[in-house]
Amino acid sequence: MSEFFAMGGYAWYVWMSYGAVAVALAAEIAHVRSRRRRALEELRLSAAPLLSASVAQARSAR
Amino acid sequence: MTASVELARSDTESSVIGAMSCALVRDVRVALRSKSELGVQLLFYVIVVTLFPLASSPSRDVLATIGPGVLWTSALLASLLSLPRLFASDFHDGTLEQIALSPRPLPALMSGKIAAHWVTTGLPVVMMAPLLGAQYALDGDALGTLGVSLLIGTPILSLLGAVGAALTLGARGGGSLLALLVLPLYVPVLIFGAGAVDAVRAGVSASAHLSLLGAGLLMALVAVPFAVSAAVRIALD
Amino acid sequence: MLINWYRFSSPVSFYPLAGSWSYLFGILAALLAGAGLFVALVAAPTDATQGDAYRIIYIHVPAAWMAMFIYLVMAGWSAFALGFNTRLSAMMAQALAPTGAMMAALALWTGAFWGRPTWGAYWAWDARMTSTLILLFLYLGIIALRHAIEDPRRADRACALLALVGAVNVPIIYFSVQWWNTLHQGSSISLTVAPKMALTMLLGILVMTAAAWCYTIAVTLARVQSIIVERERGAEWLDSLIHLEAAR
Repeated sequence: MSEFFAMGGYAWYVWMSYGAVAVALAAEIAHVRSRRRRALEELRLSAAPLLSASVAQARSAR
Repeated sequence: MTASVELARSDTESSVIGAMSCALVRDVRVALRSKSELGVQLLFYVIVVTLFPLASSPSRDVLATIGPGVLWTSALLASLLSLPRLFASDFHDGTLEQIALSPRPLPALMSGKIAAHWVTTGLPVVMMAPLLGAQYALDGDALGTLGVSLLIGTPILSLLGAVGAALTLGARGGGSLLALLVLPLYVPVLIFGAGAVDAVRAGVSASAHLSLLGAGLLMALVAVPFAVSAAVRIALD
Repeated sequence: MLINWYRFSSPVSFYPLAGSWSYLFGILAALLAGAGLFVALVAAPTDATQGDAYRIIYIHVPAAWMAMFIYLVMAGWSAFALGFNTRLSAMMAQALAPTGAMMAALALWTGAFWGRPTWGAYWAWDARMTSTLILLFLYLGIIALRHAIEDPRRADRACALLALVGAVNVPIIYFSVQWWNTLHQGSSISLTVAPKMALTMLLGILVMTAAAWCYTIAVTLARVQSIIVERERGAEWLDSLIHLEAAR
């Protein structure tokens, strides 16, 4: 196992590369998800009065 | 004979050249009203070129090696500095909108404007550079090639820069944003321009470099005015 | 069964499509990446000359290819945006730029860490790396222009024009940098030349590239969903969306 991490003596170069890719991808995915969450949240907030009105309407229709 | 030639010319053809010369003359006239601004831009070029030996070393070998690159890169920076002036004042007082609404073909008017920009900023650099090149221990052949390469290259800088200037009209970020957009596009001009002088210094012919520059200029002359018109219309919406 | 693809050119109908495809391509990307990484780090044999350092190729080459491909796709969407004046085409171009920039940056980073053990220097101004650096500047310029212009529709058109101007210039830039490089290096061999390809190595790179493609599609579609929500605020269909999202 330690042989795997040693990468024939090139551990620094290989893992700095693969590590950077892993960090970048994780950061990008996290950023996109939080952006999506924030966009939907702001949408919910801006339409809140309409939402509660329509929910009330749906309830009274039952 | 000239009268019949005039009549034979189609209406659109004469209006294209007419539009170009009209825009060229107008812009040169406007630019000459603030001669000090033009002088300052040229002075900027001189000062930047003077900085590099101070930053490195005044030894003739070093200077001759970095000379072409410094003189060309400084020309790029001087071009960048003068580009906002191309559209800014016309944009702010509404003249640009009037120009866009004119029945004359907009690409032709833009060509004239860019030509005026080159005459007032690029051409002085072309004339100044060989003098400054002497400070960099460049010999006669190299200086001549420097002048020719700048003569062909600076119009390309004005053309490409105009696209950037039109795109960043009214945008935040000012000159730095313009530099970020335009400098990558300038890279081939820089490579072939400075490379031409380097080639002559190495004793090789610079004809390949200069031909490529010339081809680039022709392509830019044909294509860029349309891109600039599109960018101006986008900015005016 | 003919699908009328044109109906997906409206943000309304595209939104749910983007969501489901993003999820699918995400799973596909994970599977391909798993297989690819196994080949890259375990299955592929160690190179004779470069040792285990050559394994960086399995992420460097896909990143560099993606940086180029994404720019072309972005330019394609930009052409649609200018030609047909559709909002969604411009939103797709907007969604692609950050991922493209990231791929270019990763190509540069991994290229540097590959260069050091194999060729002795982290950065050596070779033609491919220098062109990738300029490509990164082009991406950053488009992103910067997007942020600098207030009106979103104006920003759409300006960025689209810039992307197309850049696309025309990329081959010219690449050619000029290669010219410059051969004059000064004396040879036309790029410093990040790959070792001779065993079949396993080639398969590994192809699988990793496919994984990168699927990842890009997944992330871009997720990002364009956010962009649609941000920009279409006030549209009625979004209200029904809130009900759907709230129900989850």
